[in-house]
Amino acid sequence: MIKARGLARRFVARGRTVNAVKGVDLDVQAGELVGFLGPNGAGKTTTLRMLTTLLKPTEGTATVAGHDLRADPIGVRGRIGYVAQGGGTAPECTVANELELQGRLYRLSKADAIRRGTELADQLDLAGLDKRLTRTLSGGQRRRLDIALGLIHSPPLIFLDEPTTGLDPQSRANLWEHIRGLRAEHGVTVFLTTHYLEEADALADRLLVIDDGEIVAEGSPDSLKARVSGDAVSLAVPEGSGGKVAEIAGRLPGAHDVSTVDNEVRFRVPRGDTAMPELLRALDAEGIQTQAMQVHRPTLDDVFLTLTGRTLRDAEQAETREESHVA
Amino acid sequence: MLRDIWLIFRRTMSISLRNPAWVMIGVLQPLLYLVLFGPLMERIVESTPGFPPGNSWTILTPALVIQLALFGSAFAGFGLLAEFRAGVLERLRVTPVSRLALLLGKVLHEAVHAIVQAALLITLAFLFFDLNAPFGGVLLSMVIVALFAITLASASYAVALSIKSEETFPQLLNSFTLPSLLLSGILIPITTQLAPDWLYKLSLINPFRYIVDAERAAFRGDMTMDALFTGCVVLAVLTVLSVTWGARTFQRENA
Repeated sequence: MIKARGLARRFVARGRTVNAVKGVDLDVQAGELVGFLGPNGAGKTTTLRMLTTLLKPTEGTATVAGHDLRADPIGVRGRIGYVAQGGGTAPECTVANELELQGRLYRLSKADAIRRGTELADQLDLAGLDKRLTRTLSGGQRRRLDIALGLIHSPPLIFLDEPTTGLDPQSRANLWEHIRGLRAEHGVTVFLTTHYLEEADALADRLLVIDDGEIVAEGSPDSLKARVSGDAVSLAVPEGSGGKVAEIAGRLPGAHDVSTVDNEVRFRVPRGDTAMPELLRALDAEGIQTQAMQVHRPTLDDVFLTLTGRTLRDAEQAETREESHVA
Repeated sequence: MLRDIWLIFRRTMSISLRNPAWVMIGVLQPLLYLVLFGPLMERIVESTPGFPPGNSWTILTPALVIQLALFGSAFAGFGLLAEFRAGVLERLRVTPVSRLALLLGKVLHEAVHAIVQAALLITLAFLFFDLNAPFGGVLLSMVIVALFAITLASASYAVALSIKSEETFPQLLNSFTLPSLLLSGILIPITTQLAPDWLYKLSLINPFRYIVDAERAAFRGDMTMDALFTGCVVLAVLTVLSVTWGARTFQRENA
């Protein structure tokens, strides 16, 4: 559905060159739900804007939905849906008008545009809102309208840029259901960007992790987590026993990265669940009473940390790149 | 292409028809000129040599029509910036619709807007003031107003999309509209007898002056006069340049 090779984009702003995307290779098969994960400014939106013909790549080639990005952008536009990060509804338009206009711009007849609009409104819980001005919709409703607009011409492929940013948790969970439904019930290939790890985890079959304009990892959420070596364990121990506990923990098979901070001992071990009973017996034998313990399965945040050496949150804070100005 | 232009035009129209009051509010300012400034000019025109032929209303009304179109259309870029911020523009640019159609649909709406306002103002001037203009001439003046609105709206869109700043845009507009209005003799025609030589010469480099002259000639029904011909040529050139500029900006990525 998408095949990109060496896609790159350079911006020149105020005499400085910014390599927003530095040669991205992408393969997305029909029917996949692929997540594009990375901190703000990593190049997600720029890549998406290239794949949706809004931005010309400075280098590289791509075929999107069967059409060549450079040779036939109009062919690409007719076969994809795109839902931008901030949406794209006019506040003073009614829901029905927006749906009809969008359908007709995609070359549907008036009757077809209206029929398809109604169908999508039903499907996305927007039924009965057709006479409402879009500015009077709730955030979740407006977002679903944005998605309906992107689907009006029944494209085989839809791009969603940060679909749940700014939504409350309930609307977000609801939108996740709809996005899963797109693929499950309608066979739409979905390519979405997100900087929410839990979203990538919950939705995507496969993830592409992008950092600083380059794809740094690719795989299913589970296979990516497996790259992080093991579960993180932390133990709260009695005053003064930290050194001893760390020594015992270090003897567990495969334990590593042992550290002691105040009265907390942390380490990593391949299987936290099976290592715990063994550790507790050894500590018991030494007469040390642990006060609390936690085992963390690796999160995508850990994945990001392992891959790039910083957490996603740090990456966001360090984000002062010009992408937002020039892109 | 025509279908796309029509779709965009209809949409823009339906949005502005939601607030038809704005058309009236726009006409209010030139109406004030007619009421509060027009009578003053009546005596001046009668007693001062150097004015173009026709009574004061025939001189003032066409100029106000142009001024109205100028203010209406030059600020069209504001609406576009709002659409840009809301992501509407990008959403439309991802559809197969031609980008030229996006521009033309919008500027045609501005043209219709300007014609409706002009018609309203001229009707009022006919009914309540001593405006005396042939029907054919007024009709021709409408064509001039429509083209003028298209020219300004295209340029306004191009500028708005290039600077993308709601703060800078009005300042830029003001620094442009006021001198072009004054230098086109909007209230008192800049003629050889009325103006000092340097001001007259300066006004000659302002393309809008020819359009105001043409509009006045049309109101006089003076189809033979040079002013009309010159004005139309200037306007045609400006329209072509400006629409090309607008179209290029719409086609450019990142716009």
